[in-house]
Amino acid sequence: MENTSRPFYAALVVLALVLLGWGMQAAHAEGLAFGLFAFLTIGGGLVCIWERSVVRSAFSLLATFSGVAGFYVLLGADFIAVAQILIYVGGILALLLFGVMLTPPDMNERKLTRVLSGLGIVGAGTFWVAMKVGGSANWVVDPNLAEIASRPKQIGVGFLAMNLPDGEPGYVVAFELAAILLTVALVASVYIARRKKSDLEEPALEGGNA
Amino acid sequence: MGIEAYVAVSAALFALGIVCILVRRNILYVLFGIEMILNAANINFVAFNRFNGDGLEGRMFAVFVIILAAAEAAVALAIVLNVFHLFHSVTPSEVDRLRE
Repeated sequence: MENTSRPFYAALVVLALVLLGWGMQAAHAEGLAFGLFAFLTIGGGLVCIWERSVVRSAFSLLATFSGVAGFYVLLGADFIAVAQILIYVGGILALLLFGVMLTPPDMNERKLTRVLSGLGIVGAGTFWVAMKVGGSANWVVDPNLAEIASRPKQIGVGFLAMNLPDGEPGYVVAFELAAILLTVALVASVYIARRKKSDLEEPALEGGNA
Repeated sequence: MGIEAYVAVSAALFALGIVCILVRRNILYVLFGIEMILNAANINFVAFNRFNGDGLEGRMFAVFVIILAAAEAAVALAIVLNVFHLFHSVTPSEVDRLRE
């Protein structure tokens, strides 16, 4: 372990304690879960920026995606949470790891001053905007909040109906567009990533130093 | 937890994504940052959906964002592989041509 990472991980532990304690005193059990998920989300992002190794950064995104899935559960959106774990953790993270494995590692790419100044400047800017918004915004929250319910059936009906039972328009057009987009994206990525015949023959002639 | 807490976490994740794109010199970190930013937007969609009425608009939007992220990751990985094949480098500032 390099000697600069020790204070970083100590600060990460402090962040975890702060978030968990703040959640505990704000709303006991739910707050504790919120604090845990907030720590997973933000801590994963911080480790991703901090770590020298791309592999460690990619795996730290696992914590971020899982924390976001936890937020969805807290918000009553179980379907989205499962989709998040299936697609992000199972699919996108695996794709990113393929990218990591197929490119060379460069342990000297991270510049500590860049990381620290970037965190400082963007953090200060975000904090300033958050203070501005927090001081002036009036969040309109439904006074009689609906019961927490995942309602996957309504989501399924919404995807495939032109008109929902309550008269609102459905999402079938967007759903079909998403299907076309996925097909085009998959075909396009295979087309872009494929090796041309000339690429496959040349290295053999040059002794395989492509 | 109120809506402010979710918006605050989302803002923090968004900022981390921006920092990730800006400070690292590796195309893969740009992808990591984009994923973080999309996740931050998704937290907001689902949170506002929870605290406003009993509709499902926000959740629908979140599903479409996840679909777009999957398509984006597949195409981006193909582009990264091609860029590395062409330039023998994954530093964004060295990638300045579209053809050989």
